Amino acid sequence: MADTAVLAEHVSKKFRLMKERNNSLKAAIMRGRRVVAEDFWAVRDVSFEVPTGETFGLIGENGSGKSTMLKCLTRILRPETGRIEVRGKVSSLLELGSGFHPELSGRENVFLNGAILGLSQKELRRRFDTIVDYAGIGQFIDEPVKNYSSGMYVRLGFSVAINVDPEVLLVDEVLAVGDEGFQRKCNEKFADMKAEGRTIILVSHAMSSVQNMCDRVAWFEHGQLRELGNTREVIEHYTGSVDVERGVDDSGHPRWGSGEARVNGVELLGGDGLPVDRLTSGSPATVRLRYEMHEPIAQPVFACYVTTVNGQPVSAPNTRASGCVPDKLDGSGHVDIHLDEVRLLPGTYELTPVISDITMMKVFDHRQNVLRFDVERGATGEEWGVTTLSPRWEIVPEG
Amino acid sequence: MTTLAEYRSSRELLSNLTLRELRSKYKRSFLGWAWSLLNPLANTLVYTVVFGVLFGAKPPNGGPSHLKVYALYLLCALLPWNFFQASVMSSVGGLIGNGNLIKKTYFPRELLPASAVGAALVSHLIEMGLLLVVLLCFGDYWSLEWILMTLVLILLVSVFGLGAGLLFSVLNVYFRDIEHFLGIFFLLWIYATPIVYPPTVLAGHHLPGTHIAALTVLQVNPMTEMASMFRQTMFYGGPPDPWALLYFALWAFGLLCLGLVVFGRLEGRLAEEL
Repeated sequence: MADTAVLAEHVSKKFRLMKERNNSLKAAIMRGRRVVAEDFWAVRDVSFEVPTGETFGLIGENGSGKSTMLKCLTRILRPETGRIEVRGKVSSLLELGSGFHPELSGRENVFLNGAILGLSQKELRRRFDTIVDYAGIGQFIDEPVKNYSSGMYVRLGFSVAINVDPEVLLVDEVLAVGDEGFQRKCNEKFADMKAEGRTIILVSHAMSSVQNMCDRVAWFEHGQLRELGNTREVIEHYTGSVDVERGVDDSGHPRWGSGEARVNGVELLGGDGLPVDRLTSGSPATVRLRYEMHEPIAQPVFACYVTTVNGQPVSAPNTRASGCVPDKLDGSGHVDIHLDEVRLLPGTYELTPVISDITMMKVFDHRQNVLRFDVERGATGEEWGVTTLSPRWEIVPEG
Repeated sequence: MTTLAEYRSSRELLSNLTLRELRSKYKRSFLGWAWSLLNPLANTLVYTVVFGVLFGAKPPNGGPSHLKVYALYLLCALLPWNFFQASVMSSVGGLIGNGNLIKKTYFPRELLPASAVGAALVSHLIEMGLLLVVLLCFGDYWSLEWILMTLVLILLVSVFGLGAGLLFSVLNVYFRDIEHFLGIFFLLWIYATPIVYPPTVLAGHHLPGTHIAALTVLQVNPMTEMASMFRQTMFYGGPPDPWALLYFALWAFGLLCLGLVVFGRLEGRLAEEL
């Protein structure tokens, strides 16, 4: 027990779902003692123990209770029953920069946020430069944070939270925001903290980062702990179950998402609009995603991740980045990604189509590497790398 | 046990939250801090014209200061009243206004109403400091004793305000009517308290249809004692009535206890209700 950092014993958390949400005295008096509320158990009888120094993952579908569990651990929510014990200094990253006041400067916000996370003013003054350097905010530190770009905002929030030197760090989906560089920085920092023997509890939908970081994983389903154990095994069972439950992907590719919208097929079309099974470098082509919405979806975002067979990211065109997001979509249809020229160099690639909401955080359907295809040699003679910049060379001798 | 340790470690957070409250209040306004002084001045002007000039209200005589100015008589009670009202109202708005902080971070939630009272206290001390300078210029007395007594009174008003702030802020999360109700309640309350008029104008009056003296009823209102004590120490330069002091202190600490208990019982579900 001495080396237990986080202990949860038979934790249950209930939410009241009001039939009519009406917080007024009149409503309270009118309904008297009759209970119109309906109970919903977000977390039910969950127990686990995380030893010091372990990185522990909480996974599960949306609404499975893993974020509620994390909020109970941070003491934001108070569980109805059960016992939670967290030893040592805790820092939590539920939403980066959530304590920031938009009108105040970055400097003032660093001190406020640091104080919320339990750092003394003396310590904060000592670490201030480190925090600002790490966030890469520079001279903007005295600007009101409402003028910050979302990237700066998030970086500053992250920088404060990790410079608190927590013994236990609780993280919710933080890795999903920010640009590539920021995500790499986060991952490096987590790896450092792990090496320093700090305890990290992580909620994530990104199975690849869970796989890379976590020692053990707890899989939540309908508020209960479905499985707890070795990361690889639990993830395999989890992604497997998501497939089986949906009962669709027959080719054995991992698939997850909440299922309101689905990608039912991916096709490659040549320049003439006819189906092809391979693309030619430098020639026009179209990637067609067939979708089906089971209910009207507001502002769905389609994305198509392209990786090499080794898993190296190449590109991820998506409708949000291209500014092509419909207000609402229902029924079925297809989305065409027209390419004037295929800029991929010859080789084998894999496609992962994804439908998500506008934030790209809530995934309706994710079909990992559902299509593998080859690119043939075409107009370009380039061979090194995965893509061509379609250069136009000019050599100008002078003198 | 844990909460005591928490409070100790939260002192710095409290000062930070208070600073945030103060800094953000007048951010981006041209006159900035001056507004916190202009508001009571405008109030004083209105009340002085309406009650002092039109209705001819005069401060009763008494005390070593020999002050006769209605505006100063008014300010001695109006500023503490404003402080109390600001403490309660900004506490009440504060929990909902800081919903994101409550939903995404953990810290003792009592600090939010406490910081609202703290911010109001800072403004109040500045106002009272300036008022004191003016009083010293106009009156012919000087007594450090009663100035220190005024500080004790300010502390009691803070306790009273914190108690009401804790109580109503957490109730307001569950019943959003509270905020609107309080707005009207304060309007009625200030006239049920001898702030803009001296209590002597009620002498000899009875409640309609009864033999109960209006002054007796007025005495039940703790703010009546508060107003008269501030006038004693600041305006007249004399000692406050010890019974009034005891009565007001009982109210202040009683309400603080009630506020802490109710807040403690209801704060557990704050993150869900916001």
